[in-house]
Amino acid sequence: MVIALGLEGSANKLGIGVIKDGEVLSNCRRTYITPPGEGFLPKETAEHHRKNVISVLRDALNQSGVKPAEIDVICYTKGPGMGAPLASVAVVARTLAQLWDKPLLGVNHCIGHIEMGRLITKATNPTVLYVSGGNTQVIAYSRHKYRIFGETIDIAVGNCLDRFARVLKLPNDPSPGYNIEQMAKKGKKFIELPYCVKGMDVSFSGILTFMEERADKFLKQGYSPEDLCFSLQETLFAMLVETTERALAHCDSREVLIVGGVGCNERLQEMMKQMCEERGAKLFATDERFCIDNGVMIAQAGYEMFKSGTRMKWEECFITQRYRTDEVEVTWRED
Amino acid sequence: MEGFELFRQGAEGRIFKGVYLGKPAIAKERFVKKYRHPDLDSHLTKERIKSESRSIIRCKSAGIRTPALYLVDFNRRTIFMEYFENSIVVKDFIAQASNEVISKLALKIGAVLGKMHANSIIHGDLTTSNMLLVNKNGQKSYSNLQDLELIFIDFGLSHVESSAEDKGVDLYVLERALISTHSTASEIFDQVLEGYKLENKSGFKEVLAKFKEVQARGRKRTMVG
Repeated sequence: MVIALGLEGSANKLGIGVIKDGEVLSNCRRTYITPPGEGFLPKETAEHHRKNVISVLRDALNQSGVKPAEIDVICYTKGPGMGAPLASVAVVARTLAQLWDKPLLGVNHCIGHIEMGRLITKATNPTVLYVSGGNTQVIAYSRHKYRIFGETIDIAVGNCLDRFARVLKLPNDPSPGYNIEQMAKKGKKFIELPYCVKGMDVSFSGILTFMEERADKFLKQGYSPEDLCFSLQETLFAMLVETTERALAHCDSREVLIVGGVGCNERLQEMMKQMCEERGAKLFATDERFCIDNGVMIAQAGYEMFKSGTRMKWEECFITQRYRTDEVEVTWRED
Repeated sequence: MEGFELFRQGAEGRIFKGVYLGKPAIAKERFVKKYRHPDLDSHLTKERIKSESRSIIRCKSAGIRTPALYLVDFNRRTIFMEYFENSIVVKDFIAQASNEVISKLALKIGAVLGKMHANSIIHGDLTTSNMLLVNKNGQKSYSNLQDLELIFIDFGLSHVESSAEDKGVDLYVLERALISTHSTASEIFDQVLEGYKLENKSGFKEVLAKFKEVQARGRKRTMVG
């Protein structure tokens, strides 16, 4: 039996969770929400995490019913992410490890998403679409690495959506992407936008600029804000589904797993499901509890690492803003 | 499509196998993708069919071997093309070949790509799934590389562009596809560049610089949760 505590704070969510041999004991989260029209900046986000980390930790421990003495390993997000928020949480993880005399493991954030998705959905060897505010990657496992088949060559899809939400001054509560999704449901008229797929890679910055420059003009021409959200979502998601399908065909894979914050968008899930059905594949997706950044996913990836024998020296337990998915040696998978 | 049988489902559409005017042929049908908006779907499909046919013809005039184009049918969203009876996908060939053979093949891949780029043809989707090795003697044998001709397929994402930027991106797409698929990717890619240099002498320096730039963009990109 292994009990792992996971701490996550690479972006604007602060999450702490406890997992015991694949059973989620607690999964607590607090989100730093900025006013409409504004994004979150490192300094203020780190402040939010520092202010809340102790009470979220208390909640996570209380809900799990686990005493510090029973914990086997403490896991934290090593990267990628924003420096200051990452550090604010890593400091707490380091302190706990010393205070309670536990081993400490730094976890790759992206791997956390993938392993949590695999645990919840029971997908065995899926082609993974990882979509969030900072990442857009099509990933498949081979030879003990999660390999990146395709990715954005500029900004992430979630970043594109968030920044467009700022143009329309949509609230950031609960998240800009969620509000765009609700607006898009009421959209009717489709506007043709730039569509940019290069092999298995995608590019979103051109679409964002296009929208930023023309949003006012479209609104004056009689298109509603709902139409704009609808057209943007349809275009962005079509690109994601297309590149995922390319990876699927290239790898002869039969499973797709969507992870990351944008992954709980139901329209994206619906489109991906249609694509999968057209080619006899199966879609696996999770809901906001596990899609959106959380602590328990860090605990789960750390648990897998710990069980397969990974240990980190104190000097290795730092943080890094850039930490690619394919840098991690996957020691816990046999295939 | 009479006499045509489903052969496989590629990334973009269904591939059927049959006979067209007495010749073995494939029909590539870009069927309606229900997941995307009908306007977007019909626009993309039309663009892709046009790109594919245009680049095949442009390759032909540049002396680069591709499947011969038989018929383009917009109404049925289908292209009819030459079918190669005795062929193996490069991805599968690499999986079973020795490092020495792979290295020679990589040189070939680079040379063909260099020639394409010298003629301003950007493939747009370079992976080892989109390259075939065809036995020139009409035999089902793939052991001797000298008997095999390298043929690029799947030009749906291609376009005509003379700038180094797009050529650099093309190389980047290929490098990434190699890394994700093959364990000896970096050796393969080095040889690809060698071959490329031979066939695109005048453009090589500029394209290589652009490629490094594109590569750096990917690595520098911050990845926030």
